[in-house]
Amino acid sequence: MKNSLKTSFPSLTRNEALARGIAAQFTMLMDPTVEELSDVRTAVSEAVTNAMIHGYGDEQGVVTLELSSENDELTVTVTDEGRGIEDVERARQPFYTSMPEAERSGMGFAVMEAFMDSVVIESEVGRGTRVIMQKRIGVHE
Amino acid sequence: MQLMYRRAGGTLTVFLSGELDQHSAAAVRTELEKILDDESLRRIVFDMGGVTFMDSSGIGVILGRYRRIAPRGGSMNILNAKKNIERVLRMSGVYKLCTEGEDE
Repeated sequence: MKNSLKTSFPSLTRNEALARGIAAQFTMLMDPTVEELSDVRTAVSEAVTNAMIHGYGDEQGVVTLELSSENDELTVTVTDEGRGIEDVERARQPFYTSMPEAERSGMGFAVMEAFMDSVVIESEVGRGTRVIMQKRIGVHE
Repeated sequence: MQLMYRRAGGTLTVFLSGELDQHSAAAVRTELEKILDDESLRRIVFDMGGVTFMDSSGIGVILGRYRRIAPRGGSMNILNAKKNIERVLRMSGVYKLCTEGEDE
């Protein structure tokens, strides 16, 4: 069975809770374990926060959240049309942050990678960033 | 996100509850910075018992406050984190900075 949902919202940090709530509701339809649901909420929160804080900074833009499921495979895509990431490999490094003054811990991508099965980052400077995350859901072992 | 705190001698115990993300972190940070202006505070204990959600923004809040009190010989502890929150905390290595004390 396939399902999908696409939504866009302004890059206001108050929408972080909205985004992970939507992602959680969508994932609920896939009969997740408590832990899987928690993992998705956390990973989505990280990706959406990155889009807002690093993608747009002080400017306001639009963040797009796409969710799709096919059988037990969940795909979450978070897209911004902000600054883009100059060096994606460096951004992936745990504890690396381009914004230490903002108390960003540099753990965002590391958390996404730990909580999802795969994380793909596509980014172009001046054009924006897309993070595609996948996870098998409802695999009750 | 709700924040309550208790002072006992040089120890500040912070009781957090609700969801800690980038949005709510800003208010927590501002409030704690104000309290920590008091140089007699040498230990900060985060009681995470009421926190239902936390992403890496929470790590920034905790590490930032630790960095504030460390130069005055300060110490820190983190208590009662639920499993999903403890996983994020553990990944960051923040527990390595914690020391045991008489923190309930």
